[in-house]
Amino acid sequence: MVKFRLIPTILLNDYMIVQSFKFEKYLPIGNVETAIEFFNNWDVDEIVLLDIMATKKGRLPNIDIVEKASVGCFVPLTFGGGIKTVDDIRNIIRAGADKVVIGAEAVRNPNLIRDGAERFGDQCMTVSIDYKMNAQQEPEVFIENGKLATGLHPLDLAKKVEVLGAGEILLYSIDRDGSRMGYDLEMIDMISSSVGIPVVACGGVGINRHFAEGIQKGHAQAVAAGNIFNHTEHSTIQAKAYMVQKGLDIRLSSVVNYEEFGFDHIDRAY
Amino acid sequence: MQNTKVTIIDYGMGNIKSVSNAFAFLGCQVEVTSEPAVVDASECIVLPGVGAFGDAMQNLKELDLLDALNRQVIEQKTPFLGICLGMQLIADESEEKGLHKGLGWIKGRVVPLKADPSLRIPHMGWNEILPKGRDRFFEDYHQGLNFYFVHSLYFDCENVEDVHSTVKYGTEFTASVKKDNIFAVQFHPERSHHNGLRLLRTYLDSIACPE
Repeated sequence: MVKFRLIPTILLNDYMIVQSFKFEKYLPIGNVETAIEFFNNWDVDEIVLLDIMATKKGRLPNIDIVEKASVGCFVPLTFGGGIKTVDDIRNIIRAGADKVVIGAEAVRNPNLIRDGAERFGDQCMTVSIDYKMNAQQEPEVFIENGKLATGLHPLDLAKKVEVLGAGEILLYSIDRDGSRMGYDLEMIDMISSSVGIPVVACGGVGINRHFAEGIQKGHAQAVAAGNIFNHTEHSTIQAKAYMVQKGLDIRLSSVVNYEEFGFDHIDRAY
Repeated sequence: MQNTKVTIIDYGMGNIKSVSNAFAFLGCQVEVTSEPAVVDASECIVLPGVGAFGDAMQNLKELDLLDALNRQVIEQKTPFLGICLGMQLIADESEEKGLHKGLGWIKGRVVPLKADPSLRIPHMGWNEILPKGRDRFFEDYHQGLNFYFVHSLYFDCENVEDVHSTVKYGTEFTASVKKDNIFAVQFHPERSHHNGLRLLRTYLDSIACPE
């Protein structure tokens, strides 16, 4: 059967990779080609590139960076950031991406999802649903880097985009972003059990155990993280070692002996 | 080191860049074309594809590529590799968004993956293929035969001899087909990491030195 996927999300501000905290603070990390090269060698299943400032700064999608990233990337590459039109999608795919992430436009112009799915297939269309607790302590979808409230509940948006032709949902908890508290398992489970398309969990990973929980308790089809992978080499391989030791059906592709990794009381590899 | 010249068909649909990157990485000469005359001079034809079957056939027709492809692949027996939609197009017909006629090179029909509450559609991710033992394409893969799939329909072959490997997702269905000079895969070798590159290299070796 199809395996669960481990996906690093690389957040970009222009050409620089950044680390984010609740979609507010952004610290620079390094350049994109190096990150892609490393991840390609460290047993990841896909790579997601998100240009987080594109929509806010009114920038067109960064085709150049997709081209650069695509050259050394032999796993599926997904790109998001500032996508507004079918032409944007076409350009990004021609530049070497396999899938696109639609964020703000899923709310502002949902027909883009349908048009994109018609033209390129629903498997190309990932919709990201970024949400946090609002003033009434209810989960609400926010766009534009978590600043603009939409009045939508994540579940409602998820069901809506599925009907329109989304092939996958990237569910991103703004509150947990950078927190290292773990995924919002309840919400992931709610969305995952309500739609028939794959759900990718994102936001909050701090330790390897969180990945296993995202699948076993949240019932996501894929687990993504940004920050945690930025500081430790081979961290994706460690994550997979942990997951396979927990009995999860995942792809293993590097030559390490995954059974030999030990994990301490807080699930760090040693 | 591969010196094979690979001609990738650009018919406006698909991930041309990643397919040509992969062949370039393997040392091939790569040309990307929409022109029948270039197809007619090819040594090895690669048909990638992402999107809808009906649109794909329409585009191929409008670009005047159908005759050139039939000439090269069926008459001249030029080696042909189809990827994803490029594999489905060689069927007789497809049920995707209506009923559309395909190239008809391998008998069978493209049908939707069976809906099942426990299975997500599209079939998206890494899955293990099961070779039918017709050749040595899948020997010596140390970390398992996982390749990247992303599709919502599959090629239901009429003749079991054409089926080169299968994959399980709910049901078991065709993952690759092989017949004479035609080889086609449902998964994306150019996105299947080391396994994918390895398969492409094996394929290139097989056409350079046919057994």
